Amino acid sequence: MVEATNDFVQEKETIVIKGNISAAYAAKSARVQVISAYPITPQTTVVEKLSEFVDNGLMPGTQYIKVESEHSVMASVITASMAGTRTFTATAGQGLFYMFEMLHWASGSRLPIVTTIASRGAAPPWNIWADFTDVMSCRDTGWMTAFCATHQEIYDEVLMSYKISEDYEVLLPKFVAYGGFILSHTSKPVIIEDQDLVDSFLPPLPDEKGWPHLWIDPERPLMFGNLIMPSGFYYEFRMKIHDAMIRAKEKIKSVAKDFEKTFGRNYGNGLIQEYKMEGADVGMVIYGDLALQMEQAVDDLREEGYKVGMVKLRYFRPFPVEDIIKIAKKVPLLGVVDRATAFGSPTGGPVSSEVKTALHEVEGTARILPMINGLGGREVTLEQQKNQLKILIKLNETGELPKDMLYGTYWDGLLEVK
Amino acid sequence: MVKIKEALESCQEEFFLPGNSCCAGCGLEIALRWAMKALGPNTALVTPASCLNVVVGLWPKAAPNFPFTNMAFAAAAAAATGMSAAFKAKNYRFPDKVWGEMTTLVFAGDGGTTDIGIQGLSGAAERNSDFIYCCYDNEAYMNTGIQRSSSTPHGAVTTTTTLGKERYKKNLPAIMAAHEIPYIATCSVSEPLDIYDKFKKAKSIKGSRYIHILAPCPPGWGYQSESTIELARLAVKTGSWILFEIENGITKLSKKSQPLLDPSKRTPLIEYLSNQKRFSKLSEKDIIELQERLDLQWLKIASKIKYQENPT
Repeated sequence: MVEATNDFVQEKETIVIKGNISAAYAAKSARVQVISAYPITPQTTVVEKLSEFVDNGLMPGTQYIKVESEHSVMASVITASMAGTRTFTATAGQGLFYMFEMLHWASGSRLPIVTTIASRGAAPPWNIWADFTDVMSCRDTGWMTAFCATHQEIYDEVLMSYKISEDYEVLLPKFVAYGGFILSHTSKPVIIEDQDLVDSFLPPLPDEKGWPHLWIDPERPLMFGNLIMPSGFYYEFRMKIHDAMIRAKEKIKSVAKDFEKTFGRNYGNGLIQEYKMEGADVGMVIYGDLALQMEQAVDDLREEGYKVGMVKLRYFRPFPVEDIIKIAKKVPLLGVVDRATAFGSPTGGPVSSEVKTALHEVEGTARILPMINGLGGREVTLEQQKNQLKILIKLNETGELPKDMLYGTYWDGLLEVK
Repeated sequence: MVKIKEALESCQEEFFLPGNSCCAGCGLEIALRWAMKALGPNTALVTPASCLNVVVGLWPKAAPNFPFTNMAFAAAAAAATGMSAAFKAKNYRFPDKVWGEMTTLVFAGDGGTTDIGIQGLSGAAERNSDFIYCCYDNEAYMNTGIQRSSSTPHGAVTTTTTLGKERYKKNLPAIMAAHEIPYIATCSVSEPLDIYDKFKKAKSIKGSRYIHILAPCPPGWGYQSESTIELARLAVKTGSWILFEIENGITKLSKKSQPLLDPSKRTPLIEYLSNQKRFSKLSEKDIIELQERLDLQWLKIASKIKYQENPT
């Protein structure tokens, strides 16, 4: 390992890189101080690139711990964060499941840990391709969860994440999820920002005292996490995590604005990004990389004269209830596409169930058609997405539902079983 | 070894304060008190689920007078790794402050070490993570109600081995030795000055250091609370609990165990076993077998030491 003696220089440059490399660059731009990681497909090139950065002295002072499992990954970034350092890790699928216990430990400690997820299907059978069931399964862990649709968005969202998570009114860990292989292993041009500009955008690294609520400091001995009786503040701590999560919505919006002002890239209001929803007859709510192709589908159908629009959902936690209600008042029918499962939930899809909940008892909102597609990386073509939009148009005009409905949800692209 | 007078003079400061919730006669309390006397104030402790979680005091009480972090059961070694990494990262930014002098300490029970925590501990030891890992061994899951662990000795009755445990105690110090870490030691709470010395030495070494302390448990082992020291001492005197250090691969018996290389100096094992209710299911034949097994273990140690002295 090369000992870094000087600070590194990063001038603004556009490079053609994989989504995973974009995540690694973002961690470097954010000057993370402690990284802990364990390799798992399709996240591996994130941790490989970071090793390269650290070994070549490009991340001065950064400690990189190569642990023996994901449980240890999260345990080590938790204590590193407790001690008052900016931390980063990346994982996927089974790895995320294996660190599940520690996820609660991170949010319960109110630590601003940022973790990228190259989402993949849950085994068995083994599956390493795009499917957001991994991150969706962490719904109730107290982690904020954002999705990226592009390679650039991965870099940008990681930067925004530190600003949101480290806000003293938020102090919650955060996932930045993107589809395994589809974004992690394909290459696109990504703008890596000038270091000075990134430094001016992000909050300063925690000072010697660390975070305001928790520290490990012999001068100020603190006992953390000891057993608390039901009459103690446990209940109130839980309420405060929910409160912080809800407050984070405004922070997410203001950070997205700030980001656009600083770097010139727009991500809607931060929570959602509307696309051609004005004057639309029907709309589609979608997240992750499939949202990018759906824009093309919307464009194509608009050219054919269909009034369709879409909403890119950028956050699952906190869930943008207010924005979803607003959207659902613009059109009579909304499709909601999940590339993830929530078995036994109202729709079988985590986001469509969530949208239905958000709209429950709200007058004058759209009917919802839940859809599921692309599980375990199953290809979802442009034609298929255009057809999904056409299904909405047909349902809106004639009331006719598609075939292949299962308990009220349209499962698109299933294999024929003979 | 540090002299009693000297120890009394330099060990006045208490870091694990009175008023904690330890049972009377708790071995853990003695272990932690003396470890902290040796390590001093610039120490941050991580403990996984164990008796220690509870005996430090329920919120808002806190007996430790030093940074103390509760951690998930399987996570102690990894958490300590993260903590010591953070101290290094802070030392990079604030080089003139205390961060470069911090000792990261794990205090974990035998369940948290030999069972659920062993993967994390093995990983950390292989990386040579910079911490002292101390297993206080009361030879069962005492916090949850005396269930067997892999550190429970053969024959011991627990709430999940009602007829006495069939298998033998897992030899964690040997497993740690296989990781070739710079320092390994065993201690008994009957020898606080030995604990003090070994933690002092451990503090002066970098990398992964492992200390395994026998910590008798009155309710778990079934004896009167005033007998903790006596039992811990009998464990040493019978040779059942061997005090040693392994420094850079070289095993050295500690003062109290050194003479026991001579079998005639060893107190018969039955004196240790017969004073604890947990061994009440052992037959005479069992005890004879255990004594033979112990004698064989000592022969192995003797030959190892002989080989170290004259490796031909």
